[in-house]
Amino acid sequence: MQEMMKARAKELLASGEVTRVIGWKKNEFDYDITPALFESAEEIDHDFVYDDFCGPNLSKFTFQHQKNDTKTLVFLKPCDSYSMTQLITEHRVNREALYLIGVPSYGKIDVEKIKADGMTGILSIKSEDGDVHVHTLYGDKTYAKYEVTSERCLNCKSKKHPIYDELMGFEGEVMENERFDEVAKLEAMTPEERFEFWRGELSRCIRCNACRNACPACTCETCIFDNPNSGVDQKAAKDTFEENMFHIIRAFHVAGRCTDCGECSRVCPQHIPLHLLNRKFIGDINKFYGTYQAGEEVGQRAPLTNFTKEDVEPDIVAKGGKV
Amino acid sequence: MQKIGVFVCHCGTNIAGTVDVKAVAEALGKEPGVVFSAEYPYMCSEAGQNLIKNAIKEYGLTGIVVCSCSPRMHEATFRKTAAAAGLNSYMVEIANIREQCSWIHKDIKVATEKAIVLGRTAIAKVALNAPLTASESPVVKRALVIGGGIAGIQTALDIADAGYEVDLVEKEPTIGGKMAQIDKTFPTLDCAACILTPKMVDCAQNEKIHIYAYSEVEKVKGFVGNFTVSIKKKARFVDETKCTGCGVCTEKCPQKKTPNLFNLGLDTRSAIYIPFAQAIPKVATIDADYCNMLKNGKCGVCSKVCAAGAIDYKQQDQIIEQQYGAIVVATGFNPIKLDGYDEFAYNESPDVVTSLELERLMNAAGPNGGTLLRPSDKTHPHTIVFVQCVGSRDTTDCGKPYCSKICCMYTAKHAMLIRDKYPDTEVYVFYIDVRTPGKNFDEFYRRAVEEYGVHYIKGMVGKVMPQPDGKLLVRGADLLMNEQILINADMVVLAAAIEPDKSARPLATMLTASMDTNDFFTEAHPKLRPVESPTAGIFLSGVCQGPKDIPETVAQASACAAKVIGLLAKDKLLSNPCVAHSDENLCNGCSSCEKVCPYGAITYVDKEFRMPDRTTKIRRVASVNAAVCQGCGACTVACPSGAMDLSGFSNKQIMAEVDAICR
Repeated sequence: MQEMMKARAKELLASGEVTRVIGWKKNEFDYDITPALFESAEEIDHDFVYDDFCGPNLSKFTFQHQKNDTKTLVFLKPCDSYSMTQLITEHRVNREALYLIGVPSYGKIDVEKIKADGMTGILSIKSEDGDVHVHTLYGDKTYAKYEVTSERCLNCKSKKHPIYDELMGFEGEVMENERFDEVAKLEAMTPEERFEFWRGELSRCIRCNACRNACPACTCETCIFDNPNSGVDQKAAKDTFEENMFHIIRAFHVAGRCTDCGECSRVCPQHIPLHLLNRKFIGDINKFYGTYQAGEEVGQRAPLTNFTKEDVEPDIVAKGGKV
Repeated sequence: MQKIGVFVCHCGTNIAGTVDVKAVAEALGKEPGVVFSAEYPYMCSEAGQNLIKNAIKEYGLTGIVVCSCSPRMHEATFRKTAAAAGLNSYMVEIANIREQCSWIHKDIKVATEKAIVLGRTAIAKVALNAPLTASESPVVKRALVIGGGIAGIQTALDIADAGYEVDLVEKEPTIGGKMAQIDKTFPTLDCAACILTPKMVDCAQNEKIHIYAYSEVEKVKGFVGNFTVSIKKKARFVDETKCTGCGVCTEKCPQKKTPNLFNLGLDTRSAIYIPFAQAIPKVATIDADYCNMLKNGKCGVCSKVCAAGAIDYKQQDQIIEQQYGAIVVATGFNPIKLDGYDEFAYNESPDVVTSLELERLMNAAGPNGGTLLRPSDKTHPHTIVFVQCVGSRDTTDCGKPYCSKICCMYTAKHAMLIRDKYPDTEVYVFYIDVRTPGKNFDEFYRRAVEEYGVHYIKGMVGKVMPQPDGKLLVRGADLLMNEQILINADMVVLAAAIEPDKSARPLATMLTASMDTNDFFTEAHPKLRPVESPTAGIFLSGVCQGPKDIPETVAQASACAAKVIGLLAKDKLLSNPCVAHSDENLCNGCSSCEKVCPYGAITYVDKEFRMPDRTTKIRRVASVNAAVCQGCGACTVACPSGAMDLSGFSNKQIMAEVDAICR
């Protein structure tokens, strides 16, 4: 797949159809992949990768590096293409200036799972035929791939690309998944238990803003947390409880627009399961307004910014969310 | 720095009775920014207003807070006061320490504390107020009346009389409403049709009135003075402009088994029909559920016999869009469904009927040509039992908590008419109370008892049991004699409660007009603005606002027309300056605000911005049409970046209020 992608990217560059390519490249370690912009065949030959570590969602990177006067090729995994569709719906990227190629994704490896298993001094990780070989300073170990696949991929919502100009490999389908199981566990807790759970998780936050910076739904010209007039810009600094509110406010902000790509949790250096906040909202929206997947279709109307006579009545709040 | 004045009103003892107004004035006087604080028995009096004016001049106040009644009462008063003293009228905030404080508390200490918090909140808001100027918007000189019963008809006639165009929308094929179905009217016993049909004809002949019968309101946009309404003209499958109403089609139509809804299903009619002889407009309508031609393409008789060539089986629903300055709701009522009342055997026996069904049974144009016969065997009934308050004043789930108001009088009317026409018939009326407030009403009821010998029994019927011989055994309680009563009746008539028409709730949603828990439209003020909805430009006529008899409905319909005429007579309305605006530097152009805007006030423009690195960038940003914006604030909460804000109710002000409450 990687070679096919490289060849196609070079072909499109050579024909002049696109002048830029957005894909993935390796960092210091093989398993540390980052989004990258390529402007020549040489750069692509040298750096371009597509493997089981290419987790980063390229849609946010595309938003940050968009240019209106030239066409950019972007490779999108299914979950990236949901985010891209949402950005197009919100007029945050210019569809005209993009050439989108959908590529399949068979689950990305979560290196943190390997590290959590006690592996240190990792020199390289290779993923081959369902096995993941970890080579470290202190010896090697092999995992079955599913053991170290990231949670969001195990609970994949869809292998379908809602948008593309060209597709590589087969078109996938919307998947059955158990992604709301974790949310259900939280919902089953007493309010006190839940409060303690989130206080515990959120108290680890160091306000590095990685979640916000990686989130494809966070594309405001000026973030409200950076805007001294918003009244919430000091939520981080005042005290620890206010700091926790940062994530709650952010979840409210992306509610109805979050495609559940899981980037927030992936990039969190403190391993806070931030995606659960968003999933709670997604689950509630499904329950109250009918199943809705953000980014499924360009121009779709999100339930929270739409009105129908079938909408739940506001007294749902007094009933504790019970329909 | 703002210089704020605080004015605490006693409202006689309304506020001062439960709130220590001196303590409130004193405490609020110490708030930051407050340079003057006073209390006075009646702030809305001339002397009270002068106190405000003088303080504004003397202390150079930049903003004032009046702690008094609801802003719905006197906000306009105090805004004018401020303007008269040279202060922008939007630099006034009201702290409602009456409805939201003194009236709901009994303990002086608690109420005083709360009044201080409310005052503090208003101070926090006024400190962030900015002067605003109202602009003007034009008034479309045309009214829409929704519902063509006697209420809608009267309102339409009165508005048209004043020289304004009126569109009258009726969902049934003819106007006339419930009154057209009624036989005689209390307390004068004149025939309903005889007094209603001339008004219907007036409507049809008035060139200012345009009747959209068999039509429904589909969509409402805009605001007072400038509504845009989509009206769906349902397909009649008959060309209204060609049909002469000769009725040949209705005679020749082979499908005669269609329930006659005008007679409440008590008999049948043809699939193509004219509801009744005096229908307006007098044109035929095809019932698509029963017409063989429309169902399976086999028939076509009406089309063959129609000399005018008016039949059009391919007719489609048609959407008409029209602008209006005012909208009148006159959607009326229906008797409730009696499915929940098994004890009265309504679903078991055809001889148990509702009062409205009895009207049809007694009507000359009804199923029996005006002779009262039992629906089951068409024999003359000798004993009739009336049950009042079926579903009215009933707090169980199947009933209505309110009094339907008209049942006592029409039951007395029915009883009297039956005794008059059929003196051999015994009539019993079970009642909880007999309520007859109204001109000549009690006299009417007493005539039924004293002259016509109707047996009034205080008590309720417990059960109606159909007997094998076709009789109805009625078991009830006589509470005055304290005994059980058994009556072997031929017919039972149930005075079913009335409820607002089912179309009212979706309509209220479209109009953003408020309703009470019983789905009656709420008036702007229960005593002082009884024919206006709190939503500007929406007016209420007839039973949609609450149970009424005919004289009351007509009076209210004319009152409603007067209010509409008052609005349409104006060329321009001052528009509310509290409208939304977007901070283009923050706007993402994401379209969230546009999607939630109920007025279509938001559009997007591509604009060039200078970036920090001295390059320029073209960005899509929201732009609010201030003339269309109604200041509802939906966009401000939908905006993810906080770019949208509402003048007079800015996000900052609201946060300041919350902070002041939580302090």
